[in-house]
Amino acid sequence: MGEMTLEQVTENYYDVLKELGNIGAGNAMTALSQMLQCKVDMKVPQVRLLPFSDVGDMMGGEEQIMVGVFLGVEGDITGSMMFLVEEESARHLIRKITMGMLPEGTEFEEMGLSAMKEVGNIITGAYLNSLSTMTNLKIIPTPPALTVDMAGAILSVPAIQFGIFGDKILLIQSQFYDEVELDGYFILIPDLESYAKILTSLGLPVV
Amino acid sequence: MSEIIKVGMADLKTCVSPNGITTLGLGSCVGVAIRDPMTKVGGLAHVMLPDSTAIRNGNLNVAKFADTGIVELVLQMEKLGAKRSRMVAKIAGGATMFSFQGGMSTMGQVGQRNVEATKAKLKELKIPILAEDTGANYGRTVVFYPETGEFHIRAVGKSETVI
Repeated sequence: MGEMTLEQVTENYYDVLKELGNIGAGNAMTALSQMLQCKVDMKVPQVRLLPFSDVGDMMGGEEQIMVGVFLGVEGDITGSMMFLVEEESARHLIRKITMGMLPEGTEFEEMGLSAMKEVGNIITGAYLNSLSTMTNLKIIPTPPALTVDMAGAILSVPAIQFGIFGDKILLIQSQFYDEVELDGYFILIPDLESYAKILTSLGLPVV
Repeated sequence: MSEIIKVGMADLKTCVSPNGITTLGLGSCVGVAIRDPMTKVGGLAHVMLPDSTAIRNGNLNVAKFADTGIVELVLQMEKLGAKRSRMVAKIAGGATMFSFQGGMSTMGQVGQRNVEATKAKLKELKIPILAEDTGANYGRTVVFYPETGEFHIRAVGKSETVI
């Protein structure tokens, strides 16, 4: 397994990773829906292994302003996780979660960002929780950090982690709706050894 | 008509004046702009990681690393007629995008390590660094013009600077 590249892991276990992403994103949306106290619908998530150069394009260009919530993962697996949401979607979420307390345009001030960090915390927590339940592995998230910046700059962080193994990034795109359509992206970044642990714990033969 | 050539993440390109060269949304990566003022040949590398020798496998892309990327950029510029002895550099990026209380320090330092590795490589190649805009906690879009050597830097919520 140590000799396997991320690309090989993803090719061989694409359906598994896709399903894990699907269930994780589903749980995350349930958590979001409870938090917002409204129905949140989602499309089937897209799981893709993309070259670095294509990731920014997919999110509307490297200069598209996004909110990124980033946290570490500890326990039986190690790595990190990121949740990204496009600027307008983030503003919408922040207004909703603060129940109209924030005047339009002030969403990215201290209070709004603090609320957004909590949203990120809850949905990544729900995502990791479902992964933990499915694999029976202990997965502990570290407290999240948040930034508002260009997509390319935010993505450089997970890209660098993936860069250690290869030239592609494993991205789970999840589109969800409440009144408006929101685009969110999950990037789970386990180290290669942790991929093996996840697959083994699911009873899959790891070559 | 001049054009602006785009460099992606973990990528490098060369250009000749009057064309310019750009890379969008540098985060912890470093944008290394090199120019030969005589021939006005320029190049830009968007490096992601400091050191190719520390990587186990899958490191086919030389542009990804500061050590191999800068060497490759210089070679490509030389093919366009640039002379190494005349080359000068400007660098930007190497931000720490997320700050954590405690923990994850090695990950947080990658921007800084990229900057250090870039400087070390340029020093080894005897290419002086004329200016830099590195570190801090925000992303940068850069545009480099080999005609003048101007390195334009844009960041979210900040006015454009030229170094």
